[in-house]
Amino acid sequence: MAELMKTIGIWLSAYFTLSIFSFLYKDNPFYKLAEQIFVGLSAAYWLVYTIYNILIPNLFNKLFTDFAHNWILLIPMALGIMMLMRMFPKLEWLSHYPMAIMVGTTAAIAMLLAFQSDFLSQIAATMVNPFKYSSPVDIVGTILLIIGTICGIYFFYFSKKQEGFYKIPSKVGIWFLMVSFGASFGYTVMARISLLIGRLDFLLRDWLHLIR
Amino acid sequence: MKSKIPQLLAFLSGLVILVAAFIPHTPFGMFEETLTNWFMIISSFAILLGQSSLIQSNVAKITQKAPNWKYHIATLVSFGVMLIFGLLWGMENTPGILGQGEKLAESLGSKPFDYLFEYAFMPLSSTMFSLLAFYIASAAYRAFIMRTFESNLLLITAVIVMLGRTSFATILTSWIPDSLHFLRLPELTDFIMQYPNTAAQRAILISAALGVVGASLRIILGIERSYLGGEK
Repeated sequence: MAELMKTIGIWLSAYFTLSIFSFLYKDNPFYKLAEQIFVGLSAAYWLVYTIYNILIPNLFNKLFTDFAHNWILLIPMALGIMMLMRMFPKLEWLSHYPMAIMVGTTAAIAMLLAFQSDFLSQIAATMVNPFKYSSPVDIVGTILLIIGTICGIYFFYFSKKQEGFYKIPSKVGIWFLMVSFGASFGYTVMARISLLIGRLDFLLRDWLHLIR
Repeated sequence: MKSKIPQLLAFLSGLVILVAAFIPHTPFGMFEETLTNWFMIISSFAILLGQSSLIQSNVAKITQKAPNWKYHIATLVSFGVMLIFGLLWGMENTPGILGQGEKLAESLGSKPFDYLFEYAFMPLSSTMFSLLAFYIASAAYRAFIMRTFESNLLLITAVIVMLGRTSFATILTSWIPDSLHFLRLPELTDFIMQYPNTAAQRAILISAALGVVGASLRIILGIERSYLGGEK
């Protein structure tokens, strides 16, 4: 029975794979159906995931097993239910309270994270002596790293008009940004192509058994 | 009043987190942990809200017989089936309302939820993203037309990185002598990723961090209130 279900599963996967790929020709009913099924499945997947991995262990388990010590969790639960009031226009204003707590907390966490890991740590990591390395490649690379970081930041400095001499570091900053965008692009393309190879491998190996 | 209390709540919750970062002692450390835990629980309800909104909009399209309304039935059916399977028999090692569903798992090869995940969700998801490979290629054709020095830089770097991540690059540049080994494509790719790319990413991160700090302060201090429904 398990083998039969596995075969049915492989055929189902092949059908969905080909339905999505059919969009390369043009929009068609097979693609539309697969797309909508994908939306439904992913929404349900994340809902079930949230229930089992966040709500049950952090809220319901604690409330049902040891209510005396965890009654305070009724507050976030009530706030959560108030959040759902957004669905009812007359009670929509109730959702502003949990939303405010979420926004305030997120803003503070984001601010601390951005300041610690994206600002201070990145500046500290750039303040290195390039000549401590023995390899010329590392020396040149580190010098490029320092120049690129400073010029890149200067490019994002909009408080003074960048013209004449002040345009030079900005221009160098753009070059570094272009190299980075090119690298990110190349990297993304390769990631997508490896996904494509994965799907083709599935079709040719698992479904059609053309390669072994 | 309806907007003042939420503003005060946003200010207080933000302030507690900020103060706790500088004074990690009782009661601030405890407040931070509690608030972070609450945040996680409320966010889960936000996901619930998102899914309800999805159902509402799909039901509306079906009842109003909007264009392509029949396909939205598939959304609701697939959503319902996956949700029911997950709730009844659980996912992976987590039991559902009816337990682990051993007999069903034996005949399917895995739990019904995991079966759908493996044979429907995963292929749909990876094929959908692999489809982007084709569109990226066509976008690249338009974007990479060599007009300026900057677009040349972008083009050359992208080609080096794409080639450098394949085994073909090793074959292509293996003839380069050891003294110039850094010019071999895989090593050149590593150099680009490690130095110029990091430099630009760092510049973006540092600049964006300043923006995030500014935007967060605006929210905590109540200057930015659009999250309360578009008020200025």
